[in-house]
Amino acid sequence: MAAVLFQEAQRKQGSKTLKRLVRRRGAVFGLAVVAFFVLVALLAPWIAPYDPVATSWSTVREAPSASHLFGADELGRDVLSRIVWGTRASLLAGVVSVSISLALGIPIGMAAGYLGRWIDALISRITDAMLACPFLILAIALAAFLGPSLTNAMIAIGISATPVFIRLTRAQVLAAKSEDYVEAARALGNPHLRIALRHILPNIVAPLVVQATLAIAAAVIAEASLSFLGLGQQPPAPSWGSMLNTARSYVDQAPWMAIWPGLSIFLLVLSFNLLGDGLRDALDPRHRA
Amino acid sequence: MLKYLLQRLATIVPTLAFVSILIFGLQQLLPGDPALALAGEERDEEVIRYLRQKFHLDEPLPLRYWYWLSGVLHGDLGDSVRIQRPVTDLILEKLPVTLQLAAMAIVIALVIGITAGVIAAVKKDTAWDYAANVFALWGLSTPNFWLGILLILLFAVQLGWLPASGYVSPFEDLKGSLAAMIMPAFVLGNAFAAVLMRHTRSAMLQVLSSDYVRTARAKGLDERVVVLKHALRNALIPVITLGALGLGELLGGAVLTEQVFTIPGFGKLIVDAVFNRDYSVVQGVVLFTATVYITLNLLADLAYFLVNPRMRH
Repeated sequence: MAAVLFQEAQRKQGSKTLKRLVRRRGAVFGLAVVAFFVLVALLAPWIAPYDPVATSWSTVREAPSASHLFGADELGRDVLSRIVWGTRASLLAGVVSVSISLALGIPIGMAAGYLGRWIDALISRITDAMLACPFLILAIALAAFLGPSLTNAMIAIGISATPVFIRLTRAQVLAAKSEDYVEAARALGNPHLRIALRHILPNIVAPLVVQATLAIAAAVIAEASLSFLGLGQQPPAPSWGSMLNTARSYVDQAPWMAIWPGLSIFLLVLSFNLLGDGLRDALDPRHRA
Repeated sequence: MLKYLLQRLATIVPTLAFVSILIFGLQQLLPGDPALALAGEERDEEVIRYLRQKFHLDEPLPLRYWYWLSGVLHGDLGDSVRIQRPVTDLILEKLPVTLQLAAMAIVIALVIGITAGVIAAVKKDTAWDYAANVFALWGLSTPNFWLGILLILLFAVQLGWLPASGYVSPFEDLKGSLAAMIMPAFVLGNAFAAVLMRHTRSAMLQVLSSDYVRTARAKGLDERVVVLKHALRNALIPVITLGALGLGELLGGAVLTEQVFTIPGFGKLIVDAVFNRDYSVVQGVVLFTATVYITLNLLADLAYFLVNPRMRH
């Protein structure tokens, strides 16, 4: 009976959160744009007007026109088609690297917070050490040593973003550990692993979801940055960051090469940020304006 | 005070030790044999053997870490294999350029961020507040290398007001130096300004509703005095810590900014090193930034401690 009531309460809480989220126009806009980009990424083969890597000498740096809406690049490739296909690299990088951070950060952070003592001390020192290296510099160094590719860039970004999740999880676990329901679960003789996974984890998910959404925004920028430096997606495969890198050399002759990829990064990152802010306000009553 | 200082210093040692292990460990991620890579096309057996010996490549890992660490502790970060010069020299040579860029960026970020934050808090829920929030969101979502390209397009290509790239030392030509650095500094400071604005706004909102601000207002003080003297001074305390942490991130952002504007600083050094497989330079730069970051963090904590009398007990 109690379990049913609890589930009912949780369901109500969930729908309340959803209502609060929908009431925030920024978050809805963010969600809509993210959904749009996801669709573009999935449907890339059907909606891209041209082959994103097909070069054509007759259209080199052609200005935007009816046949090439966003213009053509230095090898005559259609910019719109490259943007459409580039969506895949950006979204993939955002989601995969944050998944890596979560997969590493949550268990390590829970171990630190729940087990305490020397394990906590060791994990906390390593986290401090990683946080002492600026995020982007750490990611560049990792990507450099791993070798330039999109996969390695995602690993590098994921690892670099992990300490934030370790810290957050640890702090949340520490707070939850002293709550009555955890005490009760412990008094009932539940094994530690069960307490951690069934009782603590579900109660610390909300701040992690918020942080993960904001981290996707940061990861999208980070992937674009690494690709811009030549450490991410390798040519000729399209990525917004590497498109901007080549665009830099032609900014006086073909500004459209720079405008569209940048605008795409901006829109996608903005949307994840808006969604993250909205989620934070909806999930955390203290932040409600 | 002394006890706090010692405690704080004591936590730095293990952190730095782990940083050094982390950075040394990076090397082990490398595919292939560095001696082979260094030996060049011909791969002369003799040269390879010499290189192995010189860089201790055939010795066990902990020993190699020890060689490396004792070098680092003596200020020896190794030699750049490409330019055949000590990494420490290279870093010290490029540092002033990046410091100038970062300092200008911080000034821009402080002026924009704190001003916008105070205005947004004082005029909460008005068009001003809304505009400041939009600015913050824009600042946080714009990739700074894109902003750089757009500014070059506008101010260098279209209007011809500013140079598109390059660096001029302020000791040779101050005006030229400022003209060359203003765009990069704005690009670099932009995101930081957004972060500062958000924090200043929320700190100000908290302080403005506190008892002593109410008292100051009740005394009939001029609103400007209340906001700037009573409220802002206290609200700025948490912003100090943030400012120091932000500087670390600025060093990261500088890598991209320097790349866009072809500025021969610290960031350019690490990017060039990455592409030339000049790994000791990469390690040196990361170690150096981490040390700077940890030191700044310490200074921020101390400043916080000194500024906030409540912390002293």
